[in-house]
Amino acid sequence: MSISVLAVDDSRTMRDMINLALSSEGFEVHLAEDGEHGLEVLDDLAPDAIITDINMPRLDGFGFIDAVRLRDETKTIPILVLTTESSPDLKARARLSGATGWIVKPFAQDKLVRALRMVVG
Amino acid sequence: MSDPMQEIMASFFIECEELHESLVDALQALADGDADVETINVAFRAVHSIKGGAGAFGLDDLVNFAHQFETVMDACRSGDLAMDDPLNSLFLRCSDVLSDLIRCSRDGEPIDTAMSGGLIEELAAYVSSDNEGGAEPEEEIDFQPMTLDLGELGGPGDDMAVDLPSLDDLPPINLDFPSTSPGLLVEFRPDRELYESGNEPLFLIKTLADLGPCQTTVTLDPPKSIEDLKNLGGRLSWSILVETVSQPDAVAEIFEFTDGLCQLNVTPQQDAEPDAVISELTEETTPVVTPQADDIPTAAPPAPAETSKANPIDSPSTKRSESKPAKASPTVRVDLERIERLVNLVGELVINQAMLSQSIAQEDIPPNSPVSAGLDEFMQLTRNIQESVMMIRAQPVKSLFQRMSRIVRESSAAIDKRVRLVTDGETTEIDKTAIERLADPLTHMIRNAVDHGLENAATRRERGKNEQGEIRLSAAHRSGRVVIEVADDGGGIDREKVRAKAIEKGLIAEDAALSESETDQLLFLPGFSTATEVSSLSGRGVGMDVVRTQISSLGGRVSIESSPGVGTTFSISLPLTLAVLDGMVITVAGETLVIPLNAIVETLSLAVDDLRTVAEGQKVLRVREQFVSVLDLGTELGYRAQIPVEEGTIALLISPEEGVLVALLVDTIEDQRQVVIKGMQESYGRVPGVAAATILGDGQIALILDPNDLIQNSSGDDVVILQKKAS
Repeated sequence: MSISVLAVDDSRTMRDMINLALSSEGFEVHLAEDGEHGLEVLDDLAPDAIITDINMPRLDGFGFIDAVRLRDETKTIPILVLTTESSPDLKARARLSGATGWIVKPFAQDKLVRALRMVVG
Repeated sequence: MSDPMQEIMASFFIECEELHESLVDALQALADGDADVETINVAFRAVHSIKGGAGAFGLDDLVNFAHQFETVMDACRSGDLAMDDPLNSLFLRCSDVLSDLIRCSRDGEPIDTAMSGGLIEELAAYVSSDNEGGAEPEEEIDFQPMTLDLGELGGPGDDMAVDLPSLDDLPPINLDFPSTSPGLLVEFRPDRELYESGNEPLFLIKTLADLGPCQTTVTLDPPKSIEDLKNLGGRLSWSILVETVSQPDAVAEIFEFTDGLCQLNVTPQQDAEPDAVISELTEETTPVVTPQADDIPTAAPPAPAETSKANPIDSPSTKRSESKPAKASPTVRVDLERIERLVNLVGELVINQAMLSQSIAQEDIPPNSPVSAGLDEFMQLTRNIQESVMMIRAQPVKSLFQRMSRIVRESSAAIDKRVRLVTDGETTEIDKTAIERLADPLTHMIRNAVDHGLENAATRRERGKNEQGEIRLSAAHRSGRVVIEVADDGGGIDREKVRAKAIEKGLIAEDAALSESETDQLLFLPGFSTATEVSSLSGRGVGMDVVRTQISSLGGRVSIESSPGVGTTFSISLPLTLAVLDGMVITVAGETLVIPLNAIVETLSLAVDDLRTVAEGQKVLRVREQFVSVLDLGTELGYRAQIPVEEGTIALLISPEEGVLVALLVDTIEDQRQVVIKGMQESYGRVPGVAAATILGDGQIALILDPNDLIQNSSGDDVVILQKKAS
């Protein structure tokens, strides 16, 4: 039974890295390019966890988390914020939106996997 | 299979190019003053994404440069720093260096740290003097470029990349305790907010069980009010005794995400006495012993309703099981080879459809029969498919134009001229191959325009022009072709000088009477160069003749228009696609040939009275008060000897150059139709006058002629001069 993860990042490289890091560990990976696209994917998918970037066009990570938390179907899905920004302000802002945890890029595969397993069990 | 990391890295560099393109775009918009609030964000995100990816691959030089670049840009977008011309120009230079760094990183070339270092200092000066909290100096410490080693998983004792606000806010943890501790007592009471953040106590407890066998006791506080009945948050608490040698900070690490969302107490137990712990609990408690993490019964701790998202029906096994990314993006990357195959197949389809149409036409089927109607639809559909497939290969000229803006910046800086590049029609699409192969000729034309086209500042002042010269690069669709123009507002072509040079080089006779446009055409002759001394900029051994050859290899033409004191415009006219063309099927001496329709200006039926004979048996034809040279296609191609021209012979008027007409004699016109271009160069090399071949509806192979090339290589005199004599 594989764990499904939606990764939202506007950088194709990051999407590819996350996909590679998680697919090879047996996760079922779904990808989206920005917050808007992520919400579209969530229209017909309820992943076990979400990983999202902050700086993205159209709808940024904060707005995306806000929207996920407002939807009944998705409001309990754990969300890990994955970004190069690591200032306390940004973390506080993400927490306020309802982020579950925070991972700083560049990530190591084992750390990402462990953080995910921790929030999805 | 190749290394996936290598593939991702390759794709990263492609992405970098795209990001760099949007960066340049945004910076250009800022410079031109037509930026909106989003523009600086776009620029910021581009640099930010480059930095993020570069960090993953340990490209430190790229990371450091992008970081400083991004920091200043961040100050701009937060309003701490005002955008002005010097800053924009700095950004543009940084964007160029960023592009170089990307290229060097990609190609593994040494990086010119002097250049990037200098710019980093310039950037740093902006934020150190203007820093009002927009950029954080300590952020750099947080950012530790490191390589992603997917092959090795670290042990669980590694420092977590998980980074939450400081642990100082956590409930007190006793760190002074012997490392041989037999156990830890973890008391955990989540706040309501913890559930809302997507954290799940069950998973935390399961993770805790990784440290050692747990004895877990859950407590549900009695409701204090009716409201509390539906509000489990804050009423559930766990008391977990972990048999472990781990330190309390291992527990703190597990609960890191829940910082501020729960009450957590971790107490070292000198001698684990589970009974003692349980005895302290209330009667309502139910001890749950979990020797193995995986065995935790999901029903055991009564999780609050809002956290029970993993109900069995929704479990991952019943979800869509495909592991490929869900509808990933509005664009799809496709191997070029696959598209080529599709293009070829569609070519076959077009040929097949033509053959079918021909067979049906021979069957005398009435035009209103279902077969004919079906065939019509089939033809329409085939054409639509063909157009759609060709559109796959088409790309906007934008990327090409962006490269040119750099050429302008570099070349104008090299000779100290102030030049502004204005672009227009960047979204115009042309075939991908054409875009790639236009870079060289365009670069040369732009350099020429900067070097020779535009006057120096002093001259421009005298002439009452803006000291900053302007080069306009535009693309547009015009009657089935794409026209790309390079226009400067310089002094125009100095025709006296051109003429003198041509005479000196022996290209024309001293007394040759040439019109203005004919003089301009001299620029395209091999070996011609107007630069009296070779300048470092445009004197690179490439003349306009090479430009013309490069353009004509794409099926295009170059023409010049120039007015003294006003400027010069070079126009490149290209076919829309390189794979299919609208052709006229003709016969000459029993041979079936195809002539590109867009090369034909007009078709005529000859009147013998309109023919005149000039020197060496050459004939000219009078067409509406203009004399045009006459060439028999059959003779030119060596199919037959010169034949007498009869009344009613069919002539195709061809315009090999602006303002020049030539009449090409053919025997019959068979049809006008689309033909698929089948290249011959690979098998036969370049055949003068022949562009390619095609397969006609009846399966016959026909050559596609290049009438312009044919005329230029004609056996007679240079037709341009010939026409001059005639008139």
